[in-house]
Amino acid sequence: MTLDAKIPSGPIQEAWAKACFDMKLVNPSNKRKHSLIVVGSGLAGASAAASLGELGYNVKCFCFQDSPRRAHSIAAQGGINAAKNYPNDGESVFRLFYDTVKGGDFRAREGNVYRLAQNSGKIIDQCVAQGVPFAREYGGSLTNRSFGGAQVSRTFYARGQTGQQLLLGAYQALERQVHAGSVTMIPRTEMQDLIVVDGQARGIVARNLLTGELTVHIADAVILATGGYGNVYYLSTNAKGSNATAIWRAYKRGALFANPCFTQIHPTCIPVSGDYQSKLTLMSESLRNDGRIWVPKKKGDSRPPNEIPEDERDYYLERRYPSFGNLVPRDVASRNAKALCDEGYGVGKSGLGVYLDFSESIARLGEKTIRERYGNLFDMYQRITDENPYKVPMRIYPAIHYTMGGLWVDYQLQSTIPGLFVLGEANFSDHGANRLGASALMQGLSDGYFIIPYTVGNYLATNKFPKVEDSNPAVQEAISSVRTKLDKLLSIKGNRTVDSFHRELGKIVWDYCGMARTADGLTSAIGKIRALREEYWKNVNVPGSGDDLNASLEKAGRVADFFELAELMCIDALDRNESCGGHFREEYQTADGEAQRDDEHYSYVAAWGYAGADAAPVLNKEPLEFHYVHPSQRSYK
Amino acid sequence: MKLTLKIWRQKNRNDKGAFVPYVMNDVDPEMSVLECLDVLNETLILRGEVPVAFEHDCREGICGSCGFVINGVAHGPERGTTACQLTMRHFKDGDELTLEPWRAKAFPLIKDLVVDRRALDHIIEAGGYISVSTGQAPDGNDILVGKEIADESMDAAACIGCGACVAACPNASAALFTGAKITHLGTLPQGEPERERRALSMVAQMNAEAFGNCTSIGECTAACPKEIPLEVIANMNRDYVCASFRRRDDLPTPVPPAVHRA
Amino acid sequence: MSTAQVVSNQLPPVTFWQSTNGKKVVMAVTGVMMFGFVIGHMLGNLQMYEAPEHINAYGHFLHNLGELLWIERGIMLLAIALHILSAIQLATRSNAARPIGYSRKEAINSSYASRTMYWSGPIVLAFIILHLLQFTAGYLHPHAQFVPGDVYGNVVAGFQVWWVSAWYIFAISLLGLHLSHGLYSMFQSVGLAHPRITPLLKKAAVAISILIVLGYISIPISVLLGFIK
Ligand SMILES: Cc1cc2nc3c(=O)[nH]c(=O)nc-3n(C[C@H](O)[C@H](O)[C@H](O)COP(=O)(O)OP(=O)(O)OC[C@H]3O[C@@H](n4cnc5c(N)ncnc54)[C@H](O)[C@@H]3O)c2cc1C
Ligand code: HEM
Ligand code: SF4
Ligand code: FES
Repeated sequence: MTLDAKIPSGPIQEAWAKACFDMKLVNPSNKRKHSLIVVGSGLAGASAAASLGELGYNVKCFCFQDSPRRAHSIAAQGGINAAKNYPNDGESVFRLFYDTVKGGDFRAREGNVYRLAQNSGKIIDQCVAQGVPFAREYGGSLTNRSFGGAQVSRTFYARGQTGQQLLLGAYQALERQVHAGSVTMIPRTEMQDLIVVDGQARGIVARNLLTGELTVHIADAVILATGGYGNVYYLSTNAKGSNATAIWRAYKRGALFANPCFTQIHPTCIPVSGDYQSKLTLMSESLRNDGRIWVPKKKGDSRPPNEIPEDERDYYLERRYPSFGNLVPRDVASRNAKALCDEGYGVGKSGLGVYLDFSESIARLGEKTIRERYGNLFDMYQRITDENPYKVPMRIYPAIHYTMGGLWVDYQLQSTIPGLFVLGEANFSDHGANRLGASALMQGLSDGYFIIPYTVGNYLATNKFPKVEDSNPAVQEAISSVRTKLDKLLSIKGNRTVDSFHRELGKIVWDYCGMARTADGLTSAIGKIRALREEYWKNVNVPGSGDDLNASLEKAGRVADFFELAELMCIDALDRNESCGGHFREEYQTADGEAQRDDEHYSYVAAWGYAGADAAPVLNKEPLEFHYVHPSQRSYK
Repeated sequence: MKLTLKIWRQKNRNDKGAFVPYVMNDVDPEMSVLECLDVLNETLILRGEVPVAFEHDCREGICGSCGFVINGVAHGPERGTTACQLTMRHFKDGDELTLEPWRAKAFPLIKDLVVDRRALDHIIEAGGYISVSTGQAPDGNDILVGKEIADESMDAAACIGCGACVAACPNASAALFTGAKITHLGTLPQGEPERERRALSMVAQMNAEAFGNCTSIGECTAACPKEIPLEVIANMNRDYVCASFRRRDDLPTPVPPAVHRA
Repeated sequence: MSTAQVVSNQLPPVTFWQSTNGKKVVMAVTGVMMFGFVIGHMLGNLQMYEAPEHINAYGHFLHNLGELLWIERGIMLLAIALHILSAIQLATRSNAARPIGYSRKEAINSSYASRTMYWSGPIVLAFIILHLLQFTAGYLHPHAQFVPGDVYGNVVAGFQVWWVSAWYIFAISLLGLHLSHGLYSMFQSVGLAHPRITPLLKKAAVAISILIVLGYISIPISVLLGFIK
């Protein structure tokens, strides 16, 4: 398959304006006649559903939680980037574009990223107007901070709850449309399959999570905004319900899955404390601005941190990266922590942790300043660990946090199935092999507020939508395949719980397709995943029935998809014989242990196509061209 | 440590429901209450019993999904903490924990510890927003907002919509939740044009749902995981009183309350 | 798209009264009126510490107000009626809002007074009725003959009966309890509150209530102890 990203020709600065002008419009009086399905109510989904409702389309929006306000975007802490240049420190659309392409280790599409940077300012304006209480200066203007090692201050934030406030803004806009009658919100309902009729995405099969009822929803186009798939790893900073089911079903119906192995590990999370652990908690990256990271110089040193003298501590990031020190990018910080723990220098009960020490900043700036900057994070840390980070260093360890991979989309955010659009973390579009801090919120809102309202219109105006009856064979086939799968899961009644399988799967993916990967490891992981999947379908125990609230059944369906996705991730990681961004293949590193890209052979998007249950997935390549930012080796020494 | 969990089990709305005690012998003080329920559920599944239904998602105290009454206190004994962030070290070996769902007519029970909180969404739907469509916004710095104002608004905006305030209130009132949104938006200059209209329509919806009234008791704010101050209720009342003295006849009608829709 | 709109055909005051928030405002306003009365009445009573002629003249003065007295009584009756009507309607609503109670419920923040408003109020009402029957109408006046016009004598005679005094002290204490929350709550109800002044308001409400209780109950105590004869 040749992949056409449909980026307008000509200067990148004009591309989006040109694309918008070339798009066909839907007559206002006809908008009401078009029905749209939006799956997901996170930043991407809620902003899309609200904006499309405002335009007058007839929208149905789905989420699996009890309220759209609970989508996992709510958990984002740090902030959202925008090229406003309010601080007058040299920021520009081009710089944000440049940083994002470079941060993505040259595996993102220039056209998309440029548009993202162009939209970023409008996002802030829109959110302010909606009542998002961004941090302000005493004089009343918006405040910025620097984030994720950026050299300019371009990050807008609302305390440590930026995602929450942005999502509430979008949620409120959505509820306004619900009240206006243009959007129907359907919560507690999970998309189970995509309905493709004559090559067009025309609807979904959804399961009501309270009654188990399977319902068919037909529309003129389907928009997926279902978030990332970090929960493949079982332990992640994602919400417990975050899942890949929607995009995975779309993949199996013909959409391509791009760069599945590009996953991001966040260096500052609270370490695992036991087997019962159900999820990992992120501590904002901003902590690294004032905290110093170290491990004891002696292996297995079990003394309390305060008793380890200064000259027996190894401030390894400062030692290895003198110019960036503790502020190296996420992937570098994570990899170093893992390497030291693997060698036995780790701290804490499990040995999987490093210290993040504030004693020096507290001595220099005073406890009050530190409290002002990080008070809520310190409180959260203390609540979880029962340790006082003002007195003893925090213990941190990397955790899976974000998935850059996702369904392949073109410049219009349309997948390879006509009429299927994908927004937010669910698509692969803007972050290449590594996402910069504070740019996912920006992307979700750019997609939802400012791109999809245009591109969906173009699709609707240029296509025909014959009526689809429930009796249509494609509909019937989709429903019965969902039912078969659910019935099968319920009928096994084996000896292991869904969680025990999920935990084991997660461990395999973490060990072999996590922070560091090797060809041997990935090959053996594929075998292990397949074997475990086979056992899953023979030995899983899903209690209860399919006709009421049954959390185990929900999980079982999601985990079944995670198994298949995990395998694809490993296949992709194995196929990409280079290291780039979050994808670190141990075979491909520089002499001093840094990621070694291979632009000659791997400067492409790997878009995988489903070829059947027993067939190997088919690799399609979208070559990446860089006209504005020239690929270079990242260096943080 | 060893604990007994006395959990409210109820198959569905029509079932009578009862407390069932579960003895857990190996509780790690580091685990959260929800992880404790996870462990219990794993054993229940393997014993062929139906696991306990409880709501959760983010498990970091921000999505507002989780919540039940633990030993008579919504979200449990720690102030400013959701159930998902409450660790077992706050309990002692041998303790008995009573877990009960939010009890309010406006929150019909679904199963075990899960209730239907759609009534809260209805209150937002009625007017908990600033009516600005995508594309209509002026530059973010065109309207200046003093830091103190932004902070006050943020204090109220921190509400996670968990419903603990309703659960804790002896009157099962949703005043704290409603007041929080009215304060969040009404404090900001961007929310000013619609302030009175918003108060009228949100209060109308709050009253249309089966919530009780506020008697300034203050249990809500103590149970609130985000410690939303009680004064947000006064703000709601003030806006409502002011608005009521001006005749307005273009108000949206309340949507049918959640209890009736169910 | 604009928000769906309908024309409400209800008069704003009706909508206001029908809302719980509106009723609370009515309770606050009527509460203040009753509070004003309670204060005035207390100041009047304190004349018991002066010569009997003083308070008798005061009583006389009040009775000779004629129509004004009846207007005042009418307003107070209306206030009490509205206060009580709102209380009953709100209580009914709150009870219905939690049809199934908790098996265990701890109070973690609230004052005893705030949780018992629906008890202290009706008891105060019962007291007011008995009180009026005793001192205004003269029924229920124990032992000694009720002498219309001799306020001083009636009070002393009444309070010399220990259980009259005890009931009076009890009821006034409940009134104090009621006010210790009510005087703060009414500010919330009409929307005058700020986190900075709330602690002050709460303290002031308690302090004023204590003063009122002391002012009132000092009289039966003085009578019982023989300071006032
Ligand atoms: C802890 C944490 C902190 C973060 N901090 C930052 C930050 O500071 N800055 C930043 O830019 N980014 C941050 N991110 C990343 C960012 O928050 C996410 O990438 C982004 O919010 C994803 O938004 P979304 O709309 O794509 O998906 P989500 O918000 O995850 O929404 C997914 C939606 O899809 C629905 N859904 C999913 N599957 C189904 C299904 N099968 N059927 C029906 N509905 C379904 C869900 O109900 C939900 O409504 C953070 C992420 C995490 C986890
Ligand atoms: C001298 C008599 C009384 C005075 C001075 C008085 C004063 C007040 C005040 C100031 C409030 C606070 C109002 C608010 O929160 O807005 C209040 C509340 C209340 N009063 Fe009274 N009251 C009196 C008598 C009564 C009586 C007779 C009843 C009973 C039937 C009663 C029942 C209540 C109740 C139930 C409340 C709680 C209302 C609430 O906070 O929601 N009160 N009162
Ligand atoms: S006000 Fe507090 S308790 Fe009530 S819903 Fe919001 S966060 Fe929960
Ligand atoms: S699970 Fe999200 S707040 Fe507890």
